[in-house]
Amino acid sequence: MKPEAMRPSENQTTKTDKDVLVRHVYPIEAEDFASAGEASRKVKNLLKLLGVEAEMVRRVSIACYEAELNLIIHSWGGSLVFLITPHKIQIITEDSGPGIPDIELAMKEGFSTASEQARELGFGAGMGLPNISRNANKVNIQSKPGQGTTLKITFEL
Amino acid sequence: MRKLEELINELDLEVLSEGVSLDREVLSGCCCDLLSWVMAHGKRNAIWITVQAHVNVVAVASLLELSGVILPSGVTMDEKTIEKAQEEGVTILSSKMDAFQLSGMLYKLGVGSER
Repeated sequence: MKPEAMRPSENQTTKTDKDVLVRHVYPIEAEDFASAGEASRKVKNLLKLLGVEAEMVRRVSIACYEAELNLIIHSWGGSLVFLITPHKIQIITEDSGPGIPDIELAMKEGFSTASEQARELGFGAGMGLPNISRNANKVNIQSKPGQGTTLKITFEL
Repeated sequence: MRKLEELINELDLEVLSEGVSLDREVLSGCCCDLLSWVMAHGKRNAIWITVQAHVNVVAVASLLELSGVILPSGVTMDEKTIEKAQEEGVTILSSKMDAFQLSGMLYKLGVGSER
């Protein structure tokens, strides 16, 4: 699945606030490997609690964890937003930088700019974004060097 | 199909964290130290052999609903990480055998590779 460039006229989040049944925001700190997975665990537990079907819980959890790790490994810090509307689940991450210079290259399996520290822990194999794409129905990345990145992952219910 | 408990007995594995239940089924095995790879290819109810023993291993095992983790070659895990594993219901086992031997033994016991 190819990420599409978002048109400026499109809404950044969802159509209207009244569609949103659940909205949780988790702040994620850069290089905080000790807490990696905390937000994803909460998202997963919530999905289970809501009775979402097991395979969907797994897909969202995997993509959410990859997105959370991307913030920890690559960003200067940001937030992970978890949204549920009647027809979809969304994970949206926003960070303040440094931005992705070449999104197409970043989507390529095996390409990574991860730090030595991340690689020692077993991350940075260049599989995060491809793995998100595999599990999601739609992936949208907006990024400009110096302006940060917004990653929107959508799962249709 | 094998249960964790059978593997523990057959291979003389040490239980560092019991997880949810040692009665849990093991449907396949995976031997890999690259967490990114396991995230992309790990299967539910697989047993995962890795020398990585940090807290992110617990997160991956929990999110993917693996049946457990085996630390080979006498690799240890610190107390805090073991506590975290117990908290999240992740089974952590350890063995003196290396990853290659463990994989072979598991295969012999009927735990195949990923389907």
